[in-house]
Amino acid sequence: MSLVTKFAARDPGPAARMAGFVAHLRDNGFRLGVGETGAALDALTHINAANPYDSRRALKSLFTGCTEEAAQFDGLFNSFWMNGGRVKTRVTATPTQSENVQSSREASEEASSGTGDMSASGGVDGEAESDGEGKLVAMNVTNLFKKDLRDFVRPEDIAEAEKIALRLGAALRDRRSRRRKAALKGDQIHFRKVMRKSLATGGEPFFLPKRQRPDRTLRITAICDVSGSMTVYSRIFLAFLAGLMRADFRADAYLFHTRLVRITEALRDKDALRALARLSLLAEGFAGGSKIAESLDTFASTYGRRFVDNRTVVMILSDGYDTASPDGIFDALARLKMRGCKIIWLNPLKGWDGYEPTAQAMAGALPHLDLFRAANTLGDLAALETEMARL
Amino acid sequence: MTWTTLQTAMADQGYIASGDLSMALHLSLSLGRPLLLEGAAGVGKTEVARVLAAVQNTQLIRLQCYEGLDAAQAIYEWNYQRQLLAIRAASEDGETGKTVEARIFSDEFLLERPLLKAIRQDKAPVLLIDEIDRADEEFEAYLLEILSEFQVTIPEMGTITATTRPMVILTANGTRDLSDALRRRCLYAHVPYPDHGTELAILITRYPDITDRLCAQIVGFVQALRKQELEKKPGIAEMLDFAAALMGLGVADLTMDPAILQATLTTLLKTQMDRDAIPTEIAQRLAGKAA
Repeated sequence: MSLVTKFAARDPGPAARMAGFVAHLRDNGFRLGVGETGAALDALTHINAANPYDSRRALKSLFTGCTEEAAQFDGLFNSFWMNGGRVKTRVTATPTQSENVQSSREASEEASSGTGDMSASGGVDGEAESDGEGKLVAMNVTNLFKKDLRDFVRPEDIAEAEKIALRLGAALRDRRSRRRKAALKGDQIHFRKVMRKSLATGGEPFFLPKRQRPDRTLRITAICDVSGSMTVYSRIFLAFLAGLMRADFRADAYLFHTRLVRITEALRDKDALRALARLSLLAEGFAGGSKIAESLDTFASTYGRRFVDNRTVVMILSDGYDTASPDGIFDALARLKMRGCKIIWLNPLKGWDGYEPTAQAMAGALPHLDLFRAANTLGDLAALETEMARL
Repeated sequence: MTWTTLQTAMADQGYIASGDLSMALHLSLSLGRPLLLEGAAGVGKTEVARVLAAVQNTQLIRLQCYEGLDAAQAIYEWNYQRQLLAIRAASEDGETGKTVEARIFSDEFLLERPLLKAIRQDKAPVLLIDEIDRADEEFEAYLLEILSEFQVTIPEMGTITATTRPMVILTANGTRDLSDALRRRCLYAHVPYPDHGTELAILITRYPDITDRLCAQIVGFVQALRKQELEKKPGIAEMLDFAAALMGLGVADLTMDPAILQATLTTLLKTQMDRDAIPTEIAQRLAGKAA
């Protein structure tokens, strides 16, 4: 208990402290209103508020609203209420510090999810130690061994990419079907249903069921090459992927260098910067060699079987520099194509004057591509809108 | 009732709840606020409501959400058939318009759906709104009104106010993001996969006559399996099925017969890809570690 924060003598009382705690949470990205402060004080009257572990649990259920917040909460609670005599300014998170806290916490997601229980079972000192030191070490290691993608991608890029991805998604409607299906809201009355329903009410048409042409969006599955030769373009493409994930909840993303990694879950993180931090961990081997054929083959035989169908657009972002024979790529794309999807290849090199797809891999891929375009910048990606509408 | 007594009461009903969860339930009961439970499929979210109803000795009213769920199916609906019959009968008896109207828009012709039913009980029930993230956003908006006011407005009858406040539990497993407005009105608890100790306790509660050795092996094996890269990680229900299967086959030791272990994996792994991901060698290695 000695670790409980000592407040100054002029402190006006519990209500003000709670308000301070709520402000502390707001600084760390929690969206809380005035009502929550009142509710928290109310909640504390229903439990033994003198026990910090009980209080932590109670406030956790009240203040958090999603998995990420729940994972973050224990640390924030400890830093405010149980800072154990440390100087307060060091613990109160400034915006820049809080980014570090979040990213390192994600880095050891497994470990952080256990901290609440660990301290509850008496290991308070151990936890306080590691809370201070562990972060620094973790960040250093991350920077030494892996490229931190946050150095590459700026939040503004992601915001812009999000807009582009939204427009691309809208352009990719499947317009083939003329058939209308029953729907809650629709532009036409579903007469067959009206007749059927009116039988129950003695021929009086009480309900007017509607029908509508179903909204058949094409799903985008993006596969991004992050090998050494692509480093300069990665910034754009990763921003695009991050934007795509945030704009379209059905989209799917992968990256590959020498092996294929699914990054959909990581990029869906609400905090854009933290998403990139998680991505950095996944992209081990970033900017190394590339095995395009092998990666595409893995995709076709594993994820492709689950996530690719005739309403999918597979978007490959790569320069096509591969050491293996072109047959590998040809076969892999043929297998993908058999699932009925559309394949788009965006090659940053195609923007160069006089570029010919002579790289063997590229030559092997060409027969299967529905669209082969240049893309170096977000502007190029935005320009794809009209082309994709025609697919 | 404090949160620890609630925890033990739930344990008596066969549900081992974590500290965070029991505290959230306790607060939800004492503050009268809805509780939102989130977590992967198969961690026992729905079960919480059933057990809570048993602890409180009250009724459980369940609303299963799905895409296209609307107010008529969730709140109330007029029984049009009976109303029409009543009108026909009335016209033969020579009843006049006003009295007929008053009669056909009365309680007698009202079909209660779960939400209306829940606020008209004599004893506060437990209202379970299951998989709220599957319902449309419009339905979420209906729900907001009911959860904050606990009243339903029926144009023909007026406003019905709750006689008792139901204890509301919502569950979600991330099919789509819920609105902030709904999250704000609810208390929140994340239900993770149980840790080793908790899972042992669950297994022993459900199958008291299981041997200690097999029990530890099963839990160790399932916990190790969850760390593998699987499409669908086995939940608690799957673990209990697995234990039941092994006990039914008279297995005393997990590592004894690789063929039986591989066959009983059907209770844990529910897709072809997951079956392929755990061949006999890996299953044996995991079982060996657990032993």
